[in-house]
Amino acid sequence: MSAHAPVEEIGERPLLPPGTTFHDITEDVSRITENPAPRGWWILFMLALGLAGLLGAALTYLLTVGVGSWGNNSPVAWAWDITNFVWWIGIGHAGTLISAILFLFRQKWRTSINRFAEAMTIFAVMCAGIFPGIHTGRPWFDYYMFPLPNQMEMWPNFKSPLMWDIFAVSTYFTVSALFWFTGLIPDFATLRDRAKNPIRKWVYGFLALGWRGSNRHWRNYERAYLILAAISTPLVLSVHSIVSFDFATSVLPGWHTTIFPPYFVAGAVFSGFAMVLTLLLITRSVFGMHNLVTMKHLELMNKFMLATGTLVGYAYAMEFFIAWYSGNPYEWHVFRYNRLAGPWEGDNAGPLWWAYWAMISCNVLVPQLFWSKRMRTSIPVMFVASILINIGMWFERFVIIATSLHRDFLPSSWGYFSPTMIDIALYLGTFGLFFTLFLLFIRWIPMIAIAEVKGVLPQADPHYAPPPGSSSGGTDSVAPQGGAEVSHA
Amino acid sequence: MPKNNSRTVLALAEFQTSGDALHAAEKVRDAGYKRWDVHTPFPVHGMDDAMGLGQSHLGWIVFIMAATGCLGGFSMIMFMNGVNYPLIVGGKPAGAFLSMIPILFECTILLAGFGAVFGMLALNKLPQHHHPVFYSNRFEKCSDDHFYISIEADDPMFDPEKTADFLKSLTPSHLEIVEETVAPAPADKGGHHG
Repeated sequence: MSAHAPVEEIGERPLLPPGTTFHDITEDVSRITENPAPRGWWILFMLALGLAGLLGAALTYLLTVGVGSWGNNSPVAWAWDITNFVWWIGIGHAGTLISAILFLFRQKWRTSINRFAEAMTIFAVMCAGIFPGIHTGRPWFDYYMFPLPNQMEMWPNFKSPLMWDIFAVSTYFTVSALFWFTGLIPDFATLRDRAKNPIRKWVYGFLALGWRGSNRHWRNYERAYLILAAISTPLVLSVHSIVSFDFATSVLPGWHTTIFPPYFVAGAVFSGFAMVLTLLLITRSVFGMHNLVTMKHLELMNKFMLATGTLVGYAYAMEFFIAWYSGNPYEWHVFRYNRLAGPWEGDNAGPLWWAYWAMISCNVLVPQLFWSKRMRTSIPVMFVASILINIGMWFERFVIIATSLHRDFLPSSWGYFSPTMIDIALYLGTFGLFFTLFLLFIRWIPMIAIAEVKGVLPQADPHYAPPPGSSSGGTDSVAPQGGAEVSHA
Repeated sequence: MPKNNSRTVLALAEFQTSGDALHAAEKVRDAGYKRWDVHTPFPVHGMDDAMGLGQSHLGWIVFIMAATGCLGGFSMIMFMNGVNYPLIVGGKPAGAFLSMIPILFECTILLAGFGAVFGMLALNKLPQHHHPVFYSNRFEKCSDDHFYISIEADDPMFDPEKTADFLKSLTPSHLEIVEETVAPAPADKGGHHG
C-alpha cells in the first residue's frame, strides 16, 4: 500500500483529483454514514425492503407447498433455481478479484472500489446460498450435506461435485467475510474517533477492536492482508471452477466439457464487474462520490468488461467448435439445433433459441462497444451496457442448464420449461435481500476503504515533497521549528 | 482529582506528515527506546525499518493452520468414506485421492484464512479497548490525518524531563505528556467501611 505519484511525462493521470488531502477522504467517506440519508436512499430502501418481503412470502409458500410449485419438471429438473445460484455466485467473483487479485498486482486504483465490491460479494453469496438450500426439496434435511453424524449412520459422499460445492461456497463466504472485516478495522476506528453520539462511539469502538493505528499492528495487519489476498486468489478461481464441475463431471451433452472451469470463472468476473458498475454508478450519483470514484476508475472497469467479455465470447466459440470437432452427434445436436438454430431454420429450431441469442448479443456484442474511448467514458452507455451484460450472464446459465436438458436423448422425452409465479418471486426477492443489505451497508459502513485510499495519495509517501508553489502537499500546516507546544492531558 | 494521584504513562509527539514521523522514528530507534510506537492513519512505507522491526511472524501461523486444514480434511474424508463407511461410487476405491482434492484445497484455504485474521489479532493483542494513547484528546486525529510517536513511561530509558526534551528535538507539531489517574491507595486493607 505504498504511495504512488503519477508519472505525468507518460500521460498518467492521478487517481484522485490533485490536492486531495487525507482529511478530505475521511470527511467524504465518513459523512455518508453520519449525515441523514438522502431521499434517494429511502426510496430505494423501501423498494428493496418490499422485494425482500416478497422473498419471505415466496419462501414461506415454497416450504409449505414444496418444490412442485416451481416450473421444474422432467426433463428440465434444474432450472431457475440453479441458474440463479450460479448467477449470484458469479456476481460475487468480481469483488474478490478486485480485492485480492488486483491487490497482488499492485493496481492502486482498486482502493476506491474494493470495499464496495467486497460487500457485493458477501451479499451475492448470501443470495446464492438460498437456492441450493431450497432446491433439495426438503430443506430440513439439508444437514445431510454436512459431515455430521446423523440418524442414518451415513456420511456424505465426498466424491460428489455437489459436496465440493458445499465446501467451496461456504469457504468462499467465510474467507470473504473475514477479508472484508479485516479491511474494515482501521475504518471503524476512524468512525469511532469522529463519533459524537455515545451509542455510535460504543458500536464503532466495539467493531474497531481498539485499533490505534500502531505501526507494530500495521506490520502484522499488512502481512495478514497480503496473505488473505494470496489465498483468496486461488480460492475465487476454485469456487466457480467447482461450480462448473457440477455440470462438467456429468455425462450430459452440453455440460460434459473440459473448458467449463476457465469459462465459468471468466464469465463470473465479467458479470461481477457489470454488477459493481451498475451499483457504483447509482451510489456515486446518489451520494456525490465523484471525487473518490472518478472516470478513470469507471473506464478501467469497462476495459475489464471488454477483456472478460471477449474471453467469454472465445469460450462460446471454442465450446461450439469442440462440439463439432468431437464428432459426437448428441453434443453437436445440443449446440447446433438446441441453441444456434432459430426460426429462420424452420423445424430445426429448438424452442429456446431466443435465450441463446440473447446471451450472445448481451455478452459478446455489447462489450465490444468499449473498444471506443467515447463509449467507455460515457455514463449512460456504460450503465445500460452493465445491465445488459447482467441479463446476458443470467441467460448464459439458463442456456447451459435448460437447453442441455429440455431435449432429452429420446424425442419422446422432450419438454419445455416455463417459470411459475413462485420462480419469478424468488428471483426478484433475492434482489430485495441483496439491495436491502447493500443499502444498509452504504448507510452504516464506510463504503470506500478510507485507510487504503489515503495510502495511495502522493503525500502518503514519506519522501513526498510538495511541488514548488503548490499548497496541496502534505497536510494542513507546517511543523513549527524549535520548541513545540507542550500540554498535559 | 489531586495532582499527586496521577502518574505519567506516555509521551505523545504529533507530526503533520508521514515523512516527519518516519525521520523522527529513526531517531527514536537510534536513541535506544524499546517500549514505543508510531501511530499512523495508514501503513507508512518504510516505517518498519525506521522502527527497527523485523518481519511479521504471521506467515508461520498461517502455514501451520493451512497444513492442519489440509491434513484435517484428508483425515475427515478418509475416515468417513474410506474407513467408517466405505463408499464405492463409480467404481472408484473407497479412499480415492483425486476426488478429495477440491475439498482438501477448500479446507486448507479456510483454516489459512482463520489463521491469517485471528493470528493477526492475537499477535497484535487485539481487541484491546483500553490503551493510554486514548487518554489524549488529540489522538482522535490519528485515524484522520495526523501521525504520532508514543514512548511509554515503563520504557527503561524513560525519564519525564529527558524524554520530553528528546521528543521536542524531533520538532513535532505538538507534544503531550499523557497522565493516568491512579486510584488512591486504600488506607485500610481490611476492606470497605460503608
